[in-house]
Amino acid sequence: MASIKDMTDTHNWSGQKLVTADHMLFEAPREKHFMTGSEVLKEAVKRCTVDASVSYPITPQSEAAHLIGELWAEGYVGTYFRGENEFGVMSEVAGCAMAGARTITTTSGPGTLRAMENFPQWSGTRIPCQLILMARGINSPLTIQPDNLEVTFMLETGCQIWYAENVQELFDMTIAAFIVAEKPDVHVPIVTVVDGFFVSHTRESVMLPADDIALFPYEPYKSPLPPIDSETPPGRFLRDPFVMKSNYISYATHASWQWEVRSAVERSRRYAEHFLKGLVHITGDLDADIAFVTCGTAAHQAKEGQRELAKLGVKSKVIKLRTIRPFPTKELLAALEGVKHAFVPEFNVVGWLEKEVRTALYGKSDTEIIGGPRVAGGMSLPAEAILKEVFEHINVEGK
Amino acid sequence: MANQGPAYYSPYPTALYEGVLTPPEGKALLLEEVVEEEIAMREIAKQMLTKENATIFPGPQVLYGYNEEAKKKATLIKEMAEVLNAKMIPMYDYRPKYPKIDAEVEINPNHPNLTIWHNNIKAAIFIGVHCHYANVALKMVRCETDCYTIAICGLSGHEDAMATLRDQHSSELEKFIKIAREVKAELKL
Repeated sequence: MASIKDMTDTHNWSGQKLVTADHMLFEAPREKHFMTGSEVLKEAVKRCTVDASVSYPITPQSEAAHLIGELWAEGYVGTYFRGENEFGVMSEVAGCAMAGARTITTTSGPGTLRAMENFPQWSGTRIPCQLILMARGINSPLTIQPDNLEVTFMLETGCQIWYAENVQELFDMTIAAFIVAEKPDVHVPIVTVVDGFFVSHTRESVMLPADDIALFPYEPYKSPLPPIDSETPPGRFLRDPFVMKSNYISYATHASWQWEVRSAVERSRRYAEHFLKGLVHITGDLDADIAFVTCGTAAHQAKEGQRELAKLGVKSKVIKLRTIRPFPTKELLAALEGVKHAFVPEFNVVGWLEKEVRTALYGKSDTEIIGGPRVAGGMSLPAEAILKEVFEHINVEGK
Repeated sequence: MANQGPAYYSPYPTALYEGVLTPPEGKALLLEEVVEEEIAMREIAKQMLTKENATIFPGPQVLYGYNEEAKKKATLIKEMAEVLNAKMIPMYDYRPKYPKIDAEVEINPNHPNLTIWHNNIKAAIFIGVHCHYANVALKMVRCETDCYTIAICGLSGHEDAMATLRDQHSSELEKFIKIAREVKAELKL
């Protein structure tokens, strides 16, 4: 089996030619494939020179985790093992990443909450690991169906959060996410979210570059904190858990540390803008006075709604948010210029995206924000439901 | 923000939340302004040569000789201190000090203000400090003291410092020392 010792300046341990993220994402020729989200995640990880992956089964991400395991067996991923549970997995991810490994894991729904304490710990220790969150909702009652309620719990963990609409975006975002997270002035974890089943289990056309190229490896010695390295000072004694000595640091240290983590998330904007080609994508009639502010599968369904409205002669546009942390306030304000009504369709009962939108726009925009339509627990969001919400609102308000 | 402190009791708002970003490649940052690197180097030299108790805070990346670049930088920093008539107080360990820091001889990122207060330092260079700890310390120094902070960084710089040089390796340090000598001569110091 290949090992890290097989790495050269030009090729990784599995013999793939090393390339930049710009080459991988924007220049390398691509071919059309037909894959599920889980399968395409395997293809993305295959091209990322990933050092470590830790897994634990939970629907709907189990297949993705399993496929990353196959990559290890095929010699593409440095190390791979199953954790004791999700808390163990995320703790082990932290250990791998603090030791300087490019690390990825996947989880869903209740697994996210079982692991919860680790996420702010990840960001506080400035590790650039990636979590693929295949959203499924949270108990109780038990659901293994599409729903993205768990995202609301992730919002204030200090992690970057990107949201992919489809299989293609999942592939491209997974690759870009490592590179942005590993920028020395960012260097906080990144959560790449997709809606479970709708993306993880749906087969779609996707354009992929050849699999004989892969990203340059992670350079841990550019980390804003020294990696744990028992062979090289100062890492061996400078990375002991600061949290264990919280009695001996000032309150200002804790405040400053937290602001620094959040500043790091904000510093990711310029890199995300480059790799994602903007933090929001707009489709439909740009001069419409009706807009849908959405992300993920809800954006896909809103586009259906926009097309149906167009057939009825009603102009609308879809403003798809590609990053949730950092939140694209400036871009959203620009996209809402001239918009009278902004609907926020979502796949959860609490309306976390509506709250985010309202918070971002408060005092800055005259656009009326309507939270809905909302579905949850595995319900679909057909275009008819979106049209109904639009016309009910307009009729009720007499507008 | 990123103006000279003391600013607030709390390190919020941080410079970034006030819209100050680290400089693009090839440029430097003076307070809120992106400038040419040489202009920033001249201003940094002037601040260090004219402010009371100017001090260099070297961090672990230049205090431990774990590669040739680190050794070369350490030699140059010693020369820099001589040219700038600056003291040197090391930040050799990031762990909080217990039971009490010896503020006369060391600085720590968890309570950097104590060293600055104790030694009445009015201008300071952070160099060789890992970026996270530099940022944590710089925010606290700005909110708690009136020290003019300077970051000489090997990576992308620090918006919470009042002056930032980025991508600084031994060749750039040599350039800075040369400029500092010129400024010193101009000031007749």
